[in-house]
Amino acid sequence: MKHHNYSIIGHRQPAVDAASKATGQAQYTVDIQLPGMLWGKILRSKYPHARILNIDTSKAEKLAGIKAVITHKDTLGKKFGFVRNTADQYPLAVDKVRYIGDEIAAVAAVAEDVAEEALALIRVDYEVLPAVFDPLEAIDPEAPLIHDGQNNISARLAWEFGNVEEGFGESDFVRQDTFYTQPVNHCPLEPHACVASFEPPDHLTVWASTQGVFYLRNQLSRTLDMPISNIRVIRPQVGGAFGGKIELFPFNVCAAILSQKTGKPVKIVCTREEVFTATRCRHPMIIHLKTGVKKDGALVAVQARIILDGGAYNSTGPVATYLAGAFLCLPLKARNIKYEGFRVYTNKPVCGAQRGHAVPQIRFAIESQLDIIAETLGLDPIELHLKNAVQTGDVTLNKQVITSCGFSECLEKIKAQRSPALPEGKGIGFATCAFVSGATYHLFFTTEAFANAIIQANEDGTVSLITGVADIGQGSDTVLAMITAEELGIGVKDIKLITADTDLTPYDWGSGSSRVTYQAGNATKMAAAQVKKLLLEAVSHELDVYPEELVARDGRIFVRDRPEKGISFAEAVSLAQKSTGGEPIIGQGEFQPQEAKVNLQSGEGNTSPAYSFGAQLAQVEIDKELGKVKVTKMVVAHDCGLAINPMAIEGQIEGSIAMGHGQALYEELIQEKGQTLNADFINYRLPTARDVPEVETMLVESVDPGGPYGAKESGEGIIVSTIPAIANAISNATGGRIHSLPLTPEKLLKALEQKTK
Amino acid sequence: MKEKEGNKKGKQLSSVSRREFIKGLGAGALGTAALSGGIIALKEAEAHPAEESLEEGIKIPLRLKINGIRYKVEVEPRYTLVDVIRDQLQLTGTKKACDRGECGACTVLLDGKPVYSCMTLAITAAGRDIMTIEGLASGEELHPIQQAFLENDAFQCGFCTSGQIMAVNGLLKQNLNPSREEARNALAGNICRCGTYTRILEATLDASQRLRKGGGNRG
Ligand code: FES
Ligand code: FES
Repeated sequence: MKHHNYSIIGHRQPAVDAASKATGQAQYTVDIQLPGMLWGKILRSKYPHARILNIDTSKAEKLAGIKAVITHKDTLGKKFGFVRNTADQYPLAVDKVRYIGDEIAAVAAVAEDVAEEALALIRVDYEVLPAVFDPLEAIDPEAPLIHDGQNNISARLAWEFGNVEEGFGESDFVRQDTFYTQPVNHCPLEPHACVASFEPPDHLTVWASTQGVFYLRNQLSRTLDMPISNIRVIRPQVGGAFGGKIELFPFNVCAAILSQKTGKPVKIVCTREEVFTATRCRHPMIIHLKTGVKKDGALVAVQARIILDGGAYNSTGPVATYLAGAFLCLPLKARNIKYEGFRVYTNKPVCGAQRGHAVPQIRFAIESQLDIIAETLGLDPIELHLKNAVQTGDVTLNKQVITSCGFSECLEKIKAQRSPALPEGKGIGFATCAFVSGATYHLFFTTEAFANAIIQANEDGTVSLITGVADIGQGSDTVLAMITAEELGIGVKDIKLITADTDLTPYDWGSGSSRVTYQAGNATKMAAAQVKKLLLEAVSHELDVYPEELVARDGRIFVRDRPEKGISFAEAVSLAQKSTGGEPIIGQGEFQPQEAKVNLQSGEGNTSPAYSFGAQLAQVEIDKELGKVKVTKMVVAHDCGLAINPMAIEGQIEGSIAMGHGQALYEELIQEKGQTLNADFINYRLPTARDVPEVETMLVESVDPGGPYGAKESGEGIIVSTIPAIANAISNATGGRIHSLPLTPEKLLKALEQKTK
Repeated sequence: MKEKEGNKKGKQLSSVSRREFIKGLGAGALGTAALSGGIIALKEAEAHPAEESLEEGIKIPLRLKINGIRYKVEVEPRYTLVDVIRDQLQLTGTKKACDRGECGACTVLLDGKPVYSCMTLAITAAGRDIMTIEGLASGEELHPIQQAFLENDAFQCGFCTSGQIMAVNGLLKQNLNPSREEARNALAGNICRCGTYTRILEATLDASQRLRKGGGNRG
């Protein structure tokens, strides 16, 4: 479907860093070695809840090869948190530990195993406190308090639009269910890591496997009480993140302090077990859901009451609680909505952002329930969705503004793919999603724009694109290079990227909430357009034409109607420099979303400047004897706006489906009394080449008026519909319905047993 | 309830450190983990020095041949090949993601066969042909497998890629014309959390075609 005449945009472009990755030359944080570098390690709590009475580090300090040992006394004791006004975590425990894995002390040594040995020599005296692991028990006023002086509710949001009670009264059919989702880990293949180097008197450089260098700088600045301009954060290649590397972690702060104390660079690489237990996981949820519909499937009222099990600290909790409510209905419309979300502290590993950020859980519940409703009323679930589908121009009850929407087209495409009758043991399931293209709210109070880009043209015909964006493997550098190349009419290979270094690049919020293509894409396009303007002006004088008559394409700037009349891009740059007495040819762009305050209390406000949409079919084969499920194929229709790099988008969709496959069917952190029992890849199984289904992708390109070339989010939102599509397929094949993730053989056999009773 | 206790264990959290684990095992039990069909086959280790040297951390000289280049290093017998390659020789293309033989990121070829280098003691690799990702391209020219990965967009974050490419290389040394199913099985021991498996399979079949045309896999 080619509906445009771009020379770069919309074409299949291998990643700009592909060769360096294929040859092993790409440098990740874990690969960094600096002269004199020390290894840091963290001593973590072995109790889920305890008061710290005393920490004796004297023995560890005497171990040969140990250069420094720090405890909270060496920190400023400042709390940090993803959302500033709910900061509740210390770099090193001050008085209490709140989960198994909480940071108590840190050491720096000449070698990794020496650091590890030193940890064993640190003596901690604990007063073990009663702990609470079940969020429902934690809510009880009698439960042990995890954070002194406040109850265990870390966030509570509630709102109602319309009147659900009246809505249920008007409904022909009302259905009520409770759904449960499980804790899962991001499992980025590169473990969390950083290298910190303190240069006296007051400068700190940090290389980090992070989703956002400026976010990390901001948080380090506050925790270390250093001005932001004294801290330089650099992102080497990032070996996967999926939301799990968006925050500051205590080990980042510890590395900085250890470096300051020792005068040497300090590297900390989390072990796989630490990644599993002491970074972040997806919020498990208990979702009470009640939906009322008319006979024809029109949604009248939706009510959800959700408990999010947050673990020991807030992390992104308030945002997750908001998002679960904000995406209660989208991509559908209902006339009445009521939401109540409680995020609860428990003495367990901390939950934060993960691909889809709280939306996959809620969508699993809703899409499962709609499937039940459709079946009960004898309706086609796709028709039910079509009936309630959001459209371009709609403003939802909670004031989400739908600037472009190809959702109905996605549904039609999926409908056409559905095979009619299936043999025994096979099933087909359907589900949908909507997701943000970045947020409209700033989490840290800055006057800087959300995204910025600077482009400088070089007289060899290349340009330097300078941006704070941190590519985490999703291919955003490639997209920004493509936008620059398209605008200036040069090749992707002519774009030199200088990215994600707080000393060298302008501010960017980071790779989170699927924002980079839309937000940094707009900033980049604007910067490129300015460079183009300077060049066209210079060329127009030279060729004696108006700038409007000129076109930049294929490495040349030429007259539109007489393509032979023109000069090369490189010559144009020299010409422009000459005409200004040698001024650099620089363009600058920024992106700032429209004022769209999201009010967390009322739930009103436009979450994002644009929304992506999708619909999916899952085909499964079931072994009813064993309860085993094999997903044979996934068909996806995805409205991602104009597809800037279709090859990368398809890859992102396949990635979302692989992850969704694991999280639907088998991924689950097994936690017992706060202890994670399967913190490794053998006992926490990940999808392998043998598991992933065939994927067929259909892109629906609803060109968004605000996106760069009309582009929107892609790649993150699709996991949202993968999980319920598989759940619905299992039910379709067997008649058994499972209300909790993951959809294991045991649960399926139980559901089938109940059905036959 | 009061409990006073030092943190005596060798490592935080619940697991045993590699050093302790190997100390506990004594010599001889931990060997090369060879990859075959994604299943880890434990082979009896070649004899290596006695336990005292483990305790005292005595280093012994070792000669390693990697990508055709001979290196002299000093290692403790407990050092794994991945650590020697990455930390001492600065060949950081080989990645370490689990350090427990569970993910394949550290896959290298040992005498042409893929092994997890985190489960291979460096001393057992003495005198054998080791190949890492750095040895695959000849100069600027990418090996056909690398080219196939690039053109099929067979990676996202790239952290599993070195291991994937070496696993494919090992497969295509033994079988230049694998079926999709054979390729799938051969690669099942290499995790890609970004979920690029379908593309890795495409790249594998594409590379096998390129290599057959070019007269074999000399990588
Ligand atoms: S690092 Fe060797 S298998 Fe994971
Ligand atoms: S490309 Fe990221 S883990 Fe494979």
